[in-house]
Amino acid sequence: MSMLNDYKSPHDYKLPPYARALGMNIEGAEDGVPIITMPFSDTVIGRPGFLHGGAMAGLLEIAAMASLYIALDKRGQKYSVKQVNVTVDFMRGGANHMSYAIGKVNRLGRRLANVEAEIWQEDRKRIICAAQMHYMVKLED
Amino acid sequence: MSNEQQPPRASPRASPRPSWFPKDGKFNVEIIQKGFNSYGHTKFLGMDYVDSGDDWLELCLDWREDLVADEQSGVMASAAIISLLDNATSLAIFKKMEMFKPQATMDMRVDYLRASPKGARVFGRGECYKLTSKIAFMRGIAHNGDRDDPIAHVTGTFIQTSLSQFMAAGEK
Repeated sequence: MSMLNDYKSPHDYKLPPYARALGMNIEGAEDGVPIITMPFSDTVIGRPGFLHGGAMAGLLEIAAMASLYIALDKRGQKYSVKQVNVTVDFMRGGANHMSYAIGKVNRLGRRLANVEAEIWQEDRKRIICAAQMHYMVKLED
Repeated sequence: MSNEQQPPRASPRASPRPSWFPKDGKFNVEIIQKGFNSYGHTKFLGMDYVDSGDDWLELCLDWREDLVADEQSGVMASAAIISLLDNATSLAIFKKMEMFKPQATMDMRVDYLRASPKGARVFGRGECYKLTSKIAFMRGIAHNGDRDDPIAHVTGTFIQTSLSQFMAAGEK
């Protein structure tokens, strides 16, 4: 995946089809990184009344990618990105509320990015699910 | 982003248990074949049952335009593979126990060995390799039809909960 999108605002970040299909949206930002929202709907339910773990992982993936793209975009060069792995910790059930997620780039080197992301619902401080990802980043010719 | 393509809202009252959840709690592959993909996220993704053994179970998922996370390459969202492996490993635990017991995913680690090509069907094979009184340890792979050429490896744990905890929304 490559990009050079000149994100003047976090809202310039374009969500991929998977994110739109799950009802995700961009609502606001923290430190220039978009907050991704996902409404509770039939599309994302696992056991009755709760979000599916995979849907939460999906929200974290989209939030992590958004934060990484914006960090790479600041370098002003074209990069391709490949995910290497992810560790997801499920801390609380995702209830029937709006979910919010944001990514944070912990380290961005020449080849590797270490990114984390977290989800909360009604209370920003009460994290329901978090993940840490590694991505390979490659400068395009 | 506008609010286009919002999915339908969830039914205001969730049913007390999944419709396929058997009354006697006994695990039965036929029940899985008939109903596990009849609602929610699993239905949206369109998973199907493939095969199972004593402590493993395999599901599959077809590539679809709306599951794409990278529009340039057409590569499916890696989280769709997490959903597939979450379900396959969870059902593998039921298969090993030969019954349905409420459980929640505690953690998962997925290593993506290669991208799943555009259009390719993805298989998710989950295995429960150790069961204690509260924790189920699982592992699995995702592949495109050849288990010796995996797309991803997963490991993780599930924790057993009571039915009331399992169903109680807004758990603290």
